[in-house]
Amino acid sequence: MSAHPPITMDLSKPAKPDVEQARMLSTMRVQRMQDFIFHKTTLLFAASVLMVLVGIIISLILGAIPAFAEFGPGFITRVEWDPVNDQYGALIAIVGTLSTSIIALLIAFPVSFGIALFLTEICPAWLRRPMGTAVELLAGVPSIIYGMWGLFVFAPLFADHVQPLLKSTLGQLPVIGQLFSGPTMGIGILTAGLILAVMIIPFIASVMRDVFEIVPAVLKESAYGLGCTKWEVVRKIVLPYTKTGVVGGVMLGLGRALGETMAVTFVIGNANKLSWSLFAAGNSISSTLANEFAEASTKLHTSSLFALALILFAITFIVLSAAKIMLASMSRKEGVK
Amino acid sequence: MSQTVLNPVYRKRLLVHRVGIALSVCAMAIGLIFLAWILTTLLIKGFGALSAGMFVHDTPAPGSDGGGLRNAIVGSLMMVLLSTAISTPIGILAGIYLAEYGEGNWFAQLTRFVTDIMLSAPSIVIGMFVYALYVAKVNHFSGYAGSIALSLIAVPVVVRTTDNMLRLVPNSLLEAAFALGAPRWKVAMMVRLRAVKAGVVTGVLLALARIAGETAPLLFTALNNQFFSADMNAPMANLPVVTYLFAMSPYDNWRDLAWGGALLVTFSVLLLNILSRTVFSQKTPN
Repeated sequence: MSAHPPITMDLSKPAKPDVEQARMLSTMRVQRMQDFIFHKTTLLFAASVLMVLVGIIISLILGAIPAFAEFGPGFITRVEWDPVNDQYGALIAIVGTLSTSIIALLIAFPVSFGIALFLTEICPAWLRRPMGTAVELLAGVPSIIYGMWGLFVFAPLFADHVQPLLKSTLGQLPVIGQLFSGPTMGIGILTAGLILAVMIIPFIASVMRDVFEIVPAVLKESAYGLGCTKWEVVRKIVLPYTKTGVVGGVMLGLGRALGETMAVTFVIGNANKLSWSLFAAGNSISSTLANEFAEASTKLHTSSLFALALILFAITFIVLSAAKIMLASMSRKEGVK
Repeated sequence: MSQTVLNPVYRKRLLVHRVGIALSVCAMAIGLIFLAWILTTLLIKGFGALSAGMFVHDTPAPGSDGGGLRNAIVGSLMMVLLSTAISTPIGILAGIYLAEYGEGNWFAQLTRFVTDIMLSAPSIVIGMFVYALYVAKVNHFSGYAGSIALSLIAVPVVVRTTDNMLRLVPNSLLEAAFALGAPRWKVAMMVRLRAVKAGVVTGVLLALARIAGETAPLLFTALNNQFFSADMNAPMANLPVVTYLFAMSPYDNWRDLAWGGALLVTFSVLLLNILSRTVFSQKTPN
């Protein structure tokens, strides 16, 4: 501060306007320069986020080229995955990823809906915060913990008590019985789906809670005024109003489930075979990557793993984009009351 | 009053309502039960394994007794701290750009969109990216590679929170600063950013919590190291990967150590989460 000469208002000596003006202009020029640099610097950092995405896509494509060159686009539907004979196809992993994620969604959606409903409509106000925090803590538990818990605690119980039960009931049904047949080992596609469900419940629930809170109170109160029960208000006012947001939340959960690695790797069984039984061990894209990438010896093996990663990235990118677009259209509603 | 209940339509509606509410309470209970179940498992198995030796010994060789997690704890700390140091400035500056210049700007909109997607992108793919970009080029796994992978995961978290927080700053505050003749960068850095300091710290803590438990991206970048090493340019032991490898191992003492490591990881992550939440409560700038 002391570097500047003190400004004096000496009226006997009239200020030299040209000097004053020149100084001001130069200050402005410096500031404009600084602003320009500031703008471009922050722009550069923002662009770096985009660059990373572009970089990821390019490096995955480059890595995947040899595999697609060898097996053609049929790589996606090839069943074989045989590192010993250097034959690779993506179908087992894709089926594993999709089936575990779909199981997870089927379970997580109703439970998350219930939790969101509880947190927004039923829960007494003083309990809302601790309950919400508890759900968010569930989201904070690292995925490797879900994996360990799933393998050492959940899977044995599941094999001893739940799987035999499923086998003797649903397993006896004509068509879907196939899904619940085979040895009850505790690990496998179904277990992986269940663990994934527990993992994505907090994500879906917190998105749903957020969109439920957007519903204008006037709408709900009018319904209550007409004599609707709480359930009817939720079913016929809240849900229709937040439809896009709810679907967006579900897609977000799906995106998470598709890419989840550690939890699945622990419990899916890591077997490269295709089976109709949900009790059977399988492999998902991410678990195949986690298990084999560090040990891939041939070029084709590495490249096939890159091809798998590319497929996974493409699927999650599409799902997450859809989720984002739906949620964005939801939040636009927020301003309109 | 009790006579109206006999109306079958009304009775059915009431029944549906009660069942719906009951199911909703059940759903909440299921969520809480799983949280409690996982945490108690972790506490019981983890505390059994927890001992002072865990912090002074390194990971044991196959078949040998005892051992600890000292190298993994130090490795994790170093990598997480380095990636926080990398990702914080990048994330904050990118967040400032989005908040300052993001209005009606397609580039900023695109960046926001991509950031949101990167928030949920499969972390193992990010590990493979860093492998292809860095590890394969220098031909060895290293702590640096691990830090880069973790930074790529942390940056979107910081960007998103910084952007959201900055947009909460009231315009009047900015206009007051502009009216005093402050240039834009000064307003952005010294008025706007300063007003939401707590919120930005929250973002950094959330990013820390996110990367502290990440395992998948470290598998192909930092890998693991059985011995103590503070050399970031060499393969580095870290808690998540050690926990994973030891949990899958056939040795009992390794599995015990895995539970100990799992306990350490989870409670530091949850502590960071809670910490960020308490800082977060002071977010609104006045």
